[in-house]
Amino acid sequence: MSGRVLVGVKRVIDYAVKIRVKPDNSGVVTDGVKHSMNPFCEIAVEEAVKLKEKKFIKEVVAVSCGPQQAQETIRTALAMGADRGIHVEVTGKDYDTLGPLQVSKIFAALAKKEDAQLLILGKQAIDDDCNQTGQMTAALLDWPQGTFASEVSLEGDKIKVVREIDGGLETIKINTPAVLTADLRLNTPRYATLPNIMKKKIAQVKPADLGVDITSRLEVLRVDEPPQRLAGVTVETVDDLVAKLKESGTI
Amino acid sequence: MAAAGALGRIVRLGSSLCRKQRFIFTRSPPGRGIASCVDPAHGLTDEQKEFQEVAFNFAANEMAPNMAEWDQKEIFPVETMRKAAQLGFGGIYVQPDVGGTGLSRLDTSVIFEALSTGCVSTTAYISIHNMCAWMIDTFDLCSMEKFASYCLTEPGSGSDAASLLTTAQLKGDHYILNGSKAFISGGGDTDVYVVMCRTGAKGPKGISCLVIEKGTPGLNFGKKEKKVGWNSQPTRAVILEDCAVPVTNRLGAEGQGFNIAMKGLNGGRINIASCSLGAAHACVQLARDHLLVRKQFGETLSNNQYLQFQLAEMATKLVASRLLVREAATALQGNRPDAVSLCSMAKLFATDECFNICNQALQMHGGYGYLKDYAVQQFVRDIRVHQILEGTNEVMRMIISRNLLTES
Repeated sequence: MSGRVLVGVKRVIDYAVKIRVKPDNSGVVTDGVKHSMNPFCEIAVEEAVKLKEKKFIKEVVAVSCGPQQAQETIRTALAMGADRGIHVEVTGKDYDTLGPLQVSKIFAALAKKEDAQLLILGKQAIDDDCNQTGQMTAALLDWPQGTFASEVSLEGDKIKVVREIDGGLETIKINTPAVLTADLRLNTPRYATLPNIMKKKIAQVKPADLGVDITSRLEVLRVDEPPQRLAGVTVETVDDLVAKLKESGTI
Repeated sequence: MAAAGALGRIVRLGSSLCRKQRFIFTRSPPGRGIASCVDPAHGLTDEQKEFQEVAFNFAANEMAPNMAEWDQKEIFPVETMRKAAQLGFGGIYVQPDVGGTGLSRLDTSVIFEALSTGCVSTTAYISIHNMCAWMIDTFDLCSMEKFASYCLTEPGSGSDAASLLTTAQLKGDHYILNGSKAFISGGGDTDVYVVMCRTGAKGPKGISCLVIEKGTPGLNFGKKEKKVGWNSQPTRAVILEDCAVPVTNRLGAEGQGFNIAMKGLNGGRINIASCSLGAAHACVQLARDHLLVRKQFGETLSNNQYLQFQLAEMATKLVASRLLVREAATALQGNRPDAVSLCSMAKLFATDECFNICNQALQMHGGYGYLKDYAVQQFVRDIRVHQILEGTNEVMRMIISRNLLTES
């Protein structure tokens, strides 16, 4: 086992920014808007760094796919304790159409190339909320997956994962190498420290170098704002409530 | 902070249910949002933007939620400051070989400006501590294991600092100190005191700099002062009665004290000006948010041309102040001949303008601005003193005019 963990980090629009739809409804305004690391990716990085501190693994490699600015996100991961970074360069139209399928192909190729023992991702990105990349990557690699992880522990060459599922918590034991996706309660990410920010070891790679075809199979037709919330109606009795719900077709 | 949240924008997270425990959802942290003309990240290197990001995050998560409580209960937030020190904020421009972070004055200014948006008073104390750490380079100050205070002002000598009266008489291998210092930030709660005292004749050349540890017999403190702002730092008089300090605790040579003090103050002035910048930045964001929400006469205040123009003026003065402060930091870092004057100009301009900006922001909030539930009044109270300490703005004018009028 190489003792190497790959952590995927995505550069997304900052959670605190008010999102605006482009006037031509083709997407969301991103120019000049503050971006930062996807919060679930931060949790993923923290978990990887924690595993390294507990000496379960030897090296944490942060990976991001995107244009030049993706390096900012990798640098944040380095500042949190990752050892080196890999920037997969995807720009322009290719970046606009880059989705979970393409990213999973890239991660799968990198995981093989880097001989990774573990691939940790955030459970989903807060811009597209796809929740697909981790699962797809595991399928492409034919590796076991521990998704929505709220607790991870390494036991020999197996991993015990407590997953947050609709019914509660599910505990599974999977073999390595494996893919994990981080859920909210896995940990609390640390701050980057000033000395760590001065580290800079980011390698650059193109999807073609990895033999990955990133053409998209999807076309976005239109993006709209959610409908305005309408005022509610106050009802007097429970019977009225049931009648109104039936009327609106809800029950 | 709840009231500020009521007026603040509702935080959007796409449709995910992401909720991080440590984020407070009552308001958008200052500095986030669409890049606008007042974004303090403009013109910075990628590395500086990273430092700034860490400082903004720390300010938003660890300081801003506690700012009002620290002010009202007069709490000296030791644990929070130690957390800051762990990230490297304890000795930002101190060399790494003695435990500092080894960054430039400009990096320092950027960091203090960002931290100040979380709590001006605490950031100002951290900057004073940094100044002392730079002067001493030892004593576990960078990790904030121990805290420091800078003691120059006396009841009888403020602006006329060179006329200080605290004496230090040499007796064998100790100096015996007698006298008192006034308005000492952190006094009584800090561990290390950098004291300017008279070892020689009258005037600046007779002043030396001694480092005294708390607990030394003869080092006593006055009562904790009740202040209008800066309440998260205790302020006390420092009283020296036959206090014996080893000669080895002297910084530099005898008679060099005033020089050391003034050198420390150049950086100190940039730091204080940076704290004012942070407060003004936060207030511009708060005012902007308020104008977009508050309605009178059938429309939001943001449609009122007078207020639009005022906001524009506030933004312009903020950016102008920031540029001057950053230029002064660069000049100091490069030891330029205009460094001292620039530091004075930056302190003078930034503290005055930023106070006006914060005051104006309070006015824009109307009656709500006067309530302690709203952060804007705390920013106003906290930065008012920046026009007075580290050299009054009048003394800044003295320094600048002297540079202009002295025949070279």
